[in-house]
Amino acid sequence: MIRPRVIPALLLKGQGLVKTVKFKDPKYLGDPINIVRIFNDKEVDEIVLLDITATPENRAPRFEMLKNIASEAFIPLACGGGIRSMDDVRKLLSIGIEKLIMNTSAVENPSLVREVADHAGSQAAVVSMDVKKNFLGKYEVFTRCGQKKTGLDPVKHAVEMEKMGAGEIFVNSIDRDGTMQGYDIDLVRKVADAVNVPVVACGGAGNLSHVAEVIKQGHASAAAAGSMFVFQGPLRGVLISYPAPKELKEFI
Amino acid sequence: MIVVVDYGVGNLGSIVNMFKKVGAKAVASSDPAVIESAEKLILPGVGAFDAAMRKFHETGLMPVVGELVMEKKIPVLGLCVGLQLMTKGSEEGQLAGLGWFDAETIRFKFDADHAHLKVPHMGWNSVQVRREHPLVADWDEESRFYFVHSYHVVAKEMDAILAETEYGVNIHSILGRGNIMGTQFHPEKSHRYGMRLLKNFAENVQ
Repeated sequence: MIRPRVIPALLLKGQGLVKTVKFKDPKYLGDPINIVRIFNDKEVDEIVLLDITATPENRAPRFEMLKNIASEAFIPLACGGGIRSMDDVRKLLSIGIEKLIMNTSAVENPSLVREVADHAGSQAAVVSMDVKKNFLGKYEVFTRCGQKKTGLDPVKHAVEMEKMGAGEIFVNSIDRDGTMQGYDIDLVRKVADAVNVPVVACGGAGNLSHVAEVIKQGHASAAAAGSMFVFQGPLRGVLISYPAPKELKEFI
Repeated sequence: MIVVVDYGVGNLGSIVNMFKKVGAKAVASSDPAVIESAEKLILPGVGAFDAAMRKFHETGLMPVVGELVMEKKIPVLGLCVGLQLMTKGSEEGQLAGLGWFDAETIRFKFDADHAHLKVPHMGWNSVQVRREHPLVADWDEESRFYFVHSYHVVAKEMDAILAETEYGVNIHSILGRGNIMGTQFHPEKSHRYGMRLLKNFAENVQ
């Protein structure tokens, strides 16, 4: 039987990898090819790569860099940031990226989700949403790397995206990003219970208990984390780590 | 040379990358002349059964591949939907399969104890070898592979079942008879376990 996936989520900025807190203060971690290679050697379940400046800079994904990363990673790779056309999608598939993550384009041009699912299968069409609680305590979807309010409710958006052919929903909490205080269980469960496709939770993981919690109580099919796998100690020194298979089995 | 048949479906980059990593020569091609020169073939596939079958028809590559496999008997390995295409047909679609295996592709049907399981079956799962075969030589008992599928194959010819996997039901995760083989999982995304299998295909399978 399978165990829920535990996924390093890595942020690309310029030519490097960074980690943010609440989508701000990107801290440089190192060279993406090198860090992905380390994760590959640790036999992680899957890797998510998000180019956080592609959409704000209004540009396409960095195909050349992604090609170099993919040629050294023999695990499932999901990639997002700047995917706006089927041309981008075809290029990424031919490089060896098999999951295409759409966030801003899923809101601004939802038919792209349908096109990706038709072309490459729904398992390739991942919709990601960045979610923040507003001052009334209501969840709201943000696009353009957390900068643009959409007024969309995350549960309704997820259901709509599943109808468009999304095969997986990636839910990222802006409020929890980089805090290592635990996932937003309430948010994840609301979305996971509303759709039939797998939901990947992201934002807030600090330890394996958090991961177990979002799977058991949040009903997530998989848990993604950044800080937990790239920082060590209270001073947040950069150290790439990933739990051993036995440890994962015990917790989840 | 191993040729990955490019009929417009599947993650060909990863397959070629992994063959390169294990020291085998491989290219992805849609050119009939290149395909005809192949010593071995990979039949990739993702997405819906009919969509894949239709593309395989439309590219005109089906007769070329069919002759190599059925007449010249060169080794062929189907991956994921590529394996499903080798069955007689799928509950997912209307089109007939290639019928290279006496097998059907069916939807996951769980009993009450397993009704909570999500479809697609997505993630890493273990694979139990049932029969000796060059494709599964030097098998690591810890082997795990990456699966993504909503339908699975059921073989009627017991001799063709090389390995099985459990996900609520028993999945025939590797099939093999003569020169025709297939895996339900994605070896090209399954790290060193996938490398072992593709290396076996490149070096051991004749």
